[in-house]
Order: sequence, then structure tokens, then C-alpha cells
Amino acid sequence: MMPARPGDEAEDRHALDIALLPHVRPRHWGRIASAAVLLALLALLARAFAQGQIAWTVVAQYLTWGTILEGLRNTVLMALAAMALGLVLGVLAAVARASPNPVLRAAAIFYAWLFRGTPVILQLLLWFNLALIFPVIGIPGIWSERTVAVMTPFLAALLGLGLNQGAYTSEIVRAGMISVDAGQYEAAKSIGLTYGQSLRRIILPQAMRVIVPPLGNEFIGMIKTTSLASVIQYAELLHNAENIYYANTKVMELLLVAAFWYLVLVSLLSAGQAVLERRVSRGVLRLARAR
Amino acid sequence: MSAAPLLRARKVGKSFGAQRALEDVTLDVARGEVVCLIGPSGSGKTTFLRCVNQLERFDAGGLWINEELLGYREAAGRLHPLPEREVARQRRATGMVFQRFNLFPHMTALENVIEGPVLALRRPREEAVADARGLLDRVGLLHRQDSYPAALSGGQQQRVAIARALAMRPELMLFDEPTSALDPELVGEVLAVMRDLAGSGMTMLVVTHELGFAREVANRIVFMDAGRVVESGPAGELLSNPAQARTRDFLSAVLG
Repeated sequence: MMPARPGDEAEDRHALDIALLPHVRPRHWGRIASAAVLLALLALLARAFAQGQIAWTVVAQYLTWGTILEGLRNTVLMALAAMALGLVLGVLAAVARASPNPVLRAAAIFYAWLFRGTPVILQLLLWFNLALIFPVIGIPGIWSERTVAVMTPFLAALLGLGLNQGAYTSEIVRAGMISVDAGQYEAAKSIGLTYGQSLRRIILPQAMRVIVPPLGNEFIGMIKTTSLASVIQYAELLHNAENIYYANTKVMELLLVAAFWYLVLVSLLSAGQAVLERRVSRGVLRLARAR
Repeated sequence: MSAAPLLRARKVGKSFGAQRALEDVTLDVARGEVVCLIGPSGSGKTTFLRCVNQLERFDAGGLWINEELLGYREAAGRLHPLPEREVARQRRATGMVFQRFNLFPHMTALENVIEGPVLALRRPREEAVADARGLLDRVGLLHRQDSYPAALSGGQQQRVAIARALAMRPELMLFDEPTSALDPELVGEVLAVMRDLAGSGMTMLVVTHELGFAREVANRIVFMDAGRVVESGPAGELLSNPAQARTRDFLSAVLG
């Protein structure tokens, strides 16, 4: 660079001397201090647990105990099944809610009202105890069965959790559908797509971008909500852990075992959610990252 | 019946609640003709176009494409609405280009163009892709076939939208203010594509504020106001020598 005015060379040399000095990066004293405080608290906590009356060998022993792993498997199974049922019901209810047909709209509103309006643990108990009011269920003239034989803990939990989840999911899906520009419906129509085709190919894929984050949140919630099914004897993780400590009185140890596995499941789901979010942001995030 | 118009509108009417958006609209568009609809905002031009594409249902009069009544069937002295599937089939005779492009943002340019042919016309994918590449080439965007809409300029998006509409092999192309949402420097590239299309003999009905384009390309201009056709005539004649006072007022307001 030439100096702005000839004759200012001395001044310019001085400026250059300053410009070439090493640049010190900003120091974040607050971060260092807060990290120190947190580490100290963590050390205290670790010390407390180390001195506490926890039999860590028992925790380690039960971490991979057959009954615990079986409970873990049942928890995953129930979370997947209930979430799948919730997703199907939720999408159907959301589409019904967006329908021009007032009967379908009213049915969808009633469904969400009913299942969001009562505690899920109460719904689980209702399904499980259905035999008290309907000893026999079936389709008149075709099939019938004693309710206690049909309404196993698995089925009661699936219905209770899935129907409840569907009601919440329908609101999430509906919000996603509303977020898609009305011009997209018209463009889909204008190239001859039927309503079903435009929902499946144009509207729902775009709604996914809005739907997936809260839905991932719901799935994480569901992993933990399955523990409520322990009250209706469904052999999930917490239920099996409880059964063991009823026998051996190692209450805290087994609760810690259960907590460990819940944390593992939720961590895996969070990672999966991040991958899925990138996938459904086609055409939006790709550009943002390219910039 | 070679003289039958491609589009025939007779006394078409449409209300939005208490407001009458279209009243007694009667006009013909012959095969190969380019007709521009002009008029002040709220005059019903866009509503008429949307009735032709059946995005709106007209509630009076009749619209025919190729002598087929749109949206209704006649039975026992009344007109009954057609089911959605029939409407979707009828819609394929027309291609629509929107003011705001309305490309599908989660699909690439090429995927946007093949979506209709593959899903609605059930054409084999390879065939649709070959066709779509030809159309993208025609609008000058073959090199952007794998771009998502967000990575394209407004003018490029609108050209992809034109290719998407053409991919359905429509007999009548409808344009709803196709350059109104564009930055001024991008208007020309879209008009050039439309000019090329008109030159190839495509029948076009264009709602536009581009009077220069209308004068140059349109065979006929239809001036609408307050939901009615005020006058129509050959482009040069209507623009330089309008018969109606309302047309004169509009033109002097627009041309300044």
C-alpha cells in the first residue's frame, strides 16, 4: 500500500509498526471461573456418591442382568410401537382436521380433546381394567373373547400410550401442515396431482421440517413415559428394576441401573434426531451450509 | 369443428361471500392465440384465470376447453359439480404459472419438472426425465437441473416453473402476473421465454401489467374492470385507441 499522502512516510511507518504487533485473543475469564466452580461442585458430588452407602458392585452386576435387559428390550419395543401407533393416528387426525369435511374435522377435534384431556396414567388404568365393565369383547356374530385374555399389559399399554400420543402428534403434524405455503397446494393441483398425492409428495415432506424436532422430543418423552406402564404390570425397565429391589432391597442401586439405561436410550435418540433433521431440511439447510 | 375456440367462457360469474368477483365474463381464446388480460387490481383477471384452472369454482355461467364443460356436468336441467378426480383430469389441459413461482422447495429443478408427468400422467421416469431436460434446456436452465429453488434467482425459478407447467403438455398455458414478483433486471429473461413460447404456437392466456410485452406478443388484449370485461380487441388497437373511457383512464394511469 502507498501512503495516502507523500511525505507522511514516517507516520505511515509508525502505523505499520503497530499493525504488525501480535494480536492477543480475548480471554474469557468468566468461562474459566464458571468451569472451576462447576468442577468443584462435581468433585463434591462424586465424593458424596463415593462415600454414600451405594454398593457399586451391585450396580455393575445388575447393569447387564437378564431381567434388566429384558425390561430394556420391552421399553424400546413399547416406545417404538406406541410411537408408531401415535404417528399413524396423529397424521390421520391432522389430515382429518385440515379436511373440508366438517364431520371429519369435528371427529379429529373430539379425539384430541378426549385424549389430551385426561392423564395418561388414568388412560392406562382404564384400558387395563376394561374387563370390569366389558367382561367379553368382540364383533357381534363373528368373534368374541374374554376381555382379560385380550387386554394384556402389552395391549393396554400400547392403546393407552399410542392413543394419547396420537392426540399430541396430531397437533404437531397440523402445525407442520399449516406452515406450508398455500401456493404449494395450488401448484400441486395445477400439475394434476390429486389431494392425496399432494399431501404425500408436496405438503407432508415440507411439513416434516417443522414436525421432526418436536416429534423427536415426543419420542424422547415416550421412552420415559413407558415407565408409567409399570402400574399395569407391563414388564418394562423400571417395572423389572422395582421387582428386583422388592426382593433384594437394593433400591438405589437398581434405580441407578434403570437411570443409566434411560440415559443411554435418550442419548441414542438425540443423535438419531439430529441426523433426521438434516435429512428433512432438503433445499433449505443445504443452501445454508453452502453459503 | 375446427373453428371452435380452445377456451370458451360464457357469462362466467364468481362470488367470494357477498362480493361479486366476476360477472358475465364472456370471451373466447382460439387455438394458437395469445391473449393478455389487463386491468386494475381487483378487477377479476386473476380470479378468471384461477377459474379456468379450477383453483376456484365459478358459480355462474360456463367455461369450456375443447368443448368440454369445466367443473360441472349437466343432469336433469342442472349443473352438478364434478368429483375431485375428474377436476384433476380436466386441469391437465391447462398449465399454470404463478406470480410467486410456487416451486416445490424440497425438490431440485429437475424433480419439480418431472413430478407431474410421473405422478399424474404415470409416465415412465426415464421418459419424463428426458422430456424435462429438454424443457429445462428450452428455458435455458439445463445446467441448473440439480439446483434447489432456494439456490436459483427469481427469474430462474419462474423459468423452471414454466418448464414444470409445460411438462404436462398442456394445450393452454395460463400466466398469473408471472413477472410481478421479480426484480426489474430479471423480468426480461422470463418475458423472453414467454415470447419464445408464443412464437412456437402455444395458446396463452396471460394476466400481466407488462403492456410492452402485451403490445408486442399478444394477438388480443382484454381489459377488465370490476369483474367484467370492459372491452377487448387487437393489441395495438386497444392500447393506442381504446373505445371505452374506463380503458383510457386505466391506460393513462399506467403509462403516466
